[in-house]
Amino acid sequence: MIHKFKAKDVNILLDVNSGGVHVIDDITYDMLDYVEPPFDAECPKDVKAKLSDRYSAEEIEETYKEIVELYNEKLLFSDDVYGDFAETKVESPIKAMCLHIAHDCNLRCKYCFASTGDFGTGRKLMPFSVGKQAIDFLLEKSVGRENLELDFFGGEPLMNWDVVKQIVEYARSKEEEYGKKFRFTITTNGMLLDDEKIDYINKEMSNVVLSIDGRKEVNDRMRVKVDGTGCYDRIVKNYKKLVEKRGDKEYYVRGTYTNYNLDFSEDVMHLYKQGFDQVSVEPVMEDESVEYAITEKDLDKIYAEYDKLVDKIANIKKNGGFINFFHFMIDLDQGPCVIKRLRGCGSGNEYVAITPDGDIYPCHQFVGHEEYKMGNLEEGTFNTDIKKEFAGCHVYSKPSCRDCWAKFYCSGGCNANNYIYNGDIHKAYELSCKIMRKRLECAILTKVCEQLDR
Amino acid sequence: MKHIQTINKANLSATAKKGGCGKCQASCQSACKTSCTVGNQKCANEDNR
Repeated sequence: MIHKFKAKDVNILLDVNSGGVHVIDDITYDMLDYVEPPFDAECPKDVKAKLSDRYSAEEIEETYKEIVELYNEKLLFSDDVYGDFAETKVESPIKAMCLHIAHDCNLRCKYCFASTGDFGTGRKLMPFSVGKQAIDFLLEKSVGRENLELDFFGGEPLMNWDVVKQIVEYARSKEEEYGKKFRFTITTNGMLLDDEKIDYINKEMSNVVLSIDGRKEVNDRMRVKVDGTGCYDRIVKNYKKLVEKRGDKEYYVRGTYTNYNLDFSEDVMHLYKQGFDQVSVEPVMEDESVEYAITEKDLDKIYAEYDKLVDKIANIKKNGGFINFFHFMIDLDQGPCVIKRLRGCGSGNEYVAITPDGDIYPCHQFVGHEEYKMGNLEEGTFNTDIKKEFAGCHVYSKPSCRDCWAKFYCSGGCNANNYIYNGDIHKAYELSCKIMRKRLECAILTKVCEQLDR
Repeated sequence: MKHIQTINKANLSATAKKGGCGKCQASCQSACKTSCTVGNQKCANEDNR
């Protein structure tokens, strides 16, 4: 399987099964519409006939031979040999967990996937006893895994700050006994960040996700306090302080774009100009009937906006600046192994979410979807059938992923998205797929241009 | 080559032989629904670098 596309005067060719990326000229680009294995010693007559109006006989023959040479080196039209791995390397130990420290929030963001913080189940905070049980559960289930990840999430985790610190302390106290290394992250809306929390987060959290949508008017339209006013002024001040003191440690400012700000490259640039060089913006996923939802008719604008971002980011770098846009990060040489790429996030298999009541779900997006509740810590229940179902959910079990060129970068997308919109974790949500593919093209293009110094 | 320039010598099939150790990150950073990509992750197994 190959994928070719044109962007910024460059023709790019991806060989899906090897991960090989090539820059090709126009004749190669055109010829690839007509050739595929098995190849002949010379260019077939019908192919020559299709190209002879534009190209010379000599060029046609040369190009054909180069394609065949790359095929023989297994860098083009390489075979898909991964289906077996999808079946054999199915189950894995749990090694990551999302703790819903608070099913409560001090904001009322209009697009909140958690019904403004309580997931529709009533506002509550996680007691330390549940957090402790969650750590014990993770330690027990992670046999064979040394690196464990714990994400503090919600609602807004800072509303239950003392429990966050108690859980960190407890987890750390178990590291030596169990031979584990915990890696903590926290996601916050920034409202409660003070010096004490900032210093603690910078010390203990390997990564921190700071929610902010971009320009003030964009942010304050959706991210509002209980009284309906915006939160931008307060959070931007807090985020700047945190990032200034963070040094080299990872962080992201993370925004959500909606139909109201399809010119989101302006928001990315705004955040960059505020001093944040690690930026992510993501499309809101919402029912099409909702006013701010993104729908198919918005796609052309969205694609154009990602193209603008490619240029804006290239300009920043050309002028000696630095910005890391989350979705344009790609490693063409190393990156994770193909086993990892088959499955992506590991939800429901390597990764679970825990609610304040100790309920276990495949990930934070599944909380509240009772049919996917996996068990409860207090009751000591854990449904391994659901775990097996998620383990078996990968790019080969998803019909539209099997034939998609992006499969080894996207890894099957988001299972929760698939379930919420298509009623089936194996059915990829096409709108997300389209945006994903565009972003990947931009990421590959950016990398290629860097290497070619264009 | 005159018409094709190879940018990387990636060989995904080779990673299958030594892969699957599970040391790499699992989560999507708990911040999102649609950014569950692995394209930007690194192999965490130093033996494989």
